[in-house]
Amino acid sequence: MRHLTSINQKAKRIEALHDNDVVALQGAPPAATGPFVPMGCSFIFAPGWEVDSTGGTAGLCQPVERDLFDCHLTCFWPAHVPDLYNHAPEWTAKCATAQKDWRKIDLVFP
Amino acid sequence: MTTLARGEFHQFHGDGADYLYLVPSAGVVKLDDTTRAVLEALGERETPARDLATQVASFFPIADVRSAIEELLTVRAIRTVEAPPPPPPAQTVVAETKKKRSIPLSTLVLNVTSKCNLSCGYCYEYGEDKIVEAKTKPRFMSEETAKQSVDFMFSESGDMPVVNLTFFGGETLLNFKMLQSSLAYANEKAKTLGKRVNASLTTNATLLRDEVIDWMVDNDVGVTVSIDGAKDQQDKHRVFANGMGSYDVIRPRIELLLKRHRKRPIGARVTLTGQNLDVIGIYKHLFDEIGFWEVGFAPVTTSWQRDYAIEEAGFTKMLQQFQQLAFEYRDSVLSGKHHGFSNVRDTVEEIHKGMSKSHPCGAGFGLLGVATDGDVALCHRFAGSDSHKIGTVFDGVDRSGQEEFLARHHIDLKTDCSRCWARPLCAGGCYHEAHTRYGSTERPNLHYCEWIRAWTHTCLEVYGSLAERKPEFLNQLA
Repeated sequence: MRHLTSINQKAKRIEALHDNDVVALQGAPPAATGPFVPMGCSFIFAPGWEVDSTGGTAGLCQPVERDLFDCHLTCFWPAHVPDLYNHAPEWTAKCATAQKDWRKIDLVFP
Repeated sequence: MTTLARGEFHQFHGDGADYLYLVPSAGVVKLDDTTRAVLEALGERETPARDLATQVASFFPIADVRSAIEELLTVRAIRTVEAPPPPPPAQTVVAETKKKRSIPLSTLVLNVTSKCNLSCGYCYEYGEDKIVEAKTKPRFMSEETAKQSVDFMFSESGDMPVVNLTFFGGETLLNFKMLQSSLAYANEKAKTLGKRVNASLTTNATLLRDEVIDWMVDNDVGVTVSIDGAKDQQDKHRVFANGMGSYDVIRPRIELLLKRHRKRPIGARVTLTGQNLDVIGIYKHLFDEIGFWEVGFAPVTTSWQRDYAIEEAGFTKMLQQFQQLAFEYRDSVLSGKHHGFSNVRDTVEEIHKGMSKSHPCGAGFGLLGVATDGDVALCHRFAGSDSHKIGTVFDGVDRSGQEEFLARHHIDLKTDCSRCWARPLCAGGCYHEAHTRYGSTERPNLHYCEWIRAWTHTCLEVYGSLAERKPEFLNQLA
């Protein structure tokens, strides 16, 4: 840093963190993006699963089973749900509405 | 477009230079002319970055202004309005606390007796605000319990090469026999484990005699003497049961101790009350006349209605004298002399390290207190109180209870502290003080807030001067 002088040990550690971040310094500043609207009610990165502010699932504003459908329909990570195209084309057949019928989703063993 | 706003910091001066104390990181940085101009121009308003840069660029080259803004953003002295830092969610607090639980025990305080041969009016153990019903517990810790405590200390100490064993009371030396046997046992055990024991104790000095001092010297025991000042100050509260003052008894004994025990610096610990606030007079007496290596002061722990409680005017008087002694300390250090005012030394050390505390003290983390019957509590002040027990030295500590306690007392959950710039150092203050004053360990000590901020500001000023003129001293300190 040219303008600020680190005086105590903590400031020196902050400076070292900053100075070592060479890759970030060389890159262009991040492009401005629009507001990020998460699909569910969690802001944290947890592929396929969301948790509420206490780390549990009781306080979600949509049921956890919604996540299952999110994996099934839109998720880039297909490991969480059965393979709909080859092995288990019928696994959601009895589930017309996820929020009502989620209990009817079959367990599928590979 | 990016809009900028002031981050959290406290600005202070030291020897003509301007510094920022950054919150909550506790970093200290020195400003140059450009960064100072940026902060002045920004003030308390939210300003588009471009406008801010243009405004300051009338005095400094625009490239300099840009890099100054970047640096201030890096240390979070300013922030972008678009992305305010999210408050830490409760789960982070819990996770952080659990991580800290792996910190090994570094200090165990043994309350070796709950008996005392003095009857100090303000005593938190016996006085009107006591939390321990001493009569329901053994008055002396047995050798068996002490040995078990030593075993507990080693088993909880993890990889720590040095463990601190502190004896406390009551009057510690009333149980001198047990001190001897338990320290010998601890030293022996330390040898087999490849560790070292650093022993220390606090005493009222009434029972110091040759045999005791010999033992202290031979075992390298650190000693803190509780004393309130010169005769008239000491004899106000620190009296025997018959009301007789203790000064005349302890003075020759302290002199003997200071003369003979030269291996460790010996400190005095003063309790200030509404009637005993001559901080400078007390300091001069204890440091210059008696010859203690250092003198530390603490206001009496009390509920507000006690007649010895310090009132607001008293706190102002205390602060002014603390400030005077702090600047004396600075001048002594700059001229290469030792100064014994330990309150400022301790805070300057914490500032230099950049301590940002999640909890006010080590109680419940690296420090635990043991009562005479072997019950384990957060610290010596709670030792023996059944409602604050978190385990025993025989069966270990209730981990989940301890974690839950620490999670509940995290600084991020003290809303009163959330906007205070002094919170990295204060973290809400002593649990025992809060319990005595407000009936709850979770409450921050709001009666001290103004005082703590003013005192921390003074310590920062002292720190700034030393950083500017004697940085090598700070590096020795921490």
